[in-house]
Amino acid sequence: MAMAQDDIIALLSAAFPDAKIEMIDLAGDNNHWKAIIESEQFRGKSRVAQHQMVYAALQGKMDGANGELHALALETSAP
Amino acid sequence: MTDIPAHAQIAKTVSENDVVLYMKGTPTFPQCGFSSTVVQVLDYLGVDYASVNVLEDPAIRQGIKEVNNWPTIPQVFVKGEFIGGCDIIREMFESGEMRTMLADKGISMAA
Repeated sequence: MAMAQDDIIALLSAAFPDAKIEMIDLAGDNNHWKAIIESEQFRGKSRVAQHQMVYAALQGKMDGANGELHALALETSAP
Repeated sequence: MTDIPAHAQIAKTVSENDVVLYMKGTPTFPQCGFSSTVVQVLDYLGVDYASVNVLEDPAIRQGIKEVNNWPTIPQVFVKGEFIGGCDIIREMFESGEMRTMLADKGISMAA
């Protein structure tokens, strides 16, 4: 079950209101995404912590074999 | 420590091996592109590592997501510390940080 790009962006925007978010459809199948997120909230955090914040924002959409989001590559940074 | 057997098993594995890769498939036959990428990085650096195929053990597959609060596979541990998944390993490799981090932790590299 694929998740629409707009839904992903909505969840990310809610968690990172200041963020610049860019979504790239890696495979053209609406199911393998790369998100490039730039937010002040990432400043001073380790990459692991930054990505954990993103996963938390997605509220379990990536969990389990039947998660709605199969693949989400992440590139996070502070402005 | 933890009461969940899979969590205890993961803690044991990452304490007994300097570098551990939790992946889908095996280093010889990765069954996911993200796992394959990490295998290529570790092999390129010439690092000795233990690998765990999460597809063979549903409890470990679920457990590894819980212990690190990290929903995706692969996951890399060095000296018991969770380092990251595919994106982070690739970024660290490309920036040279991976080599520095491994050297700092006393991990020998062939390359």
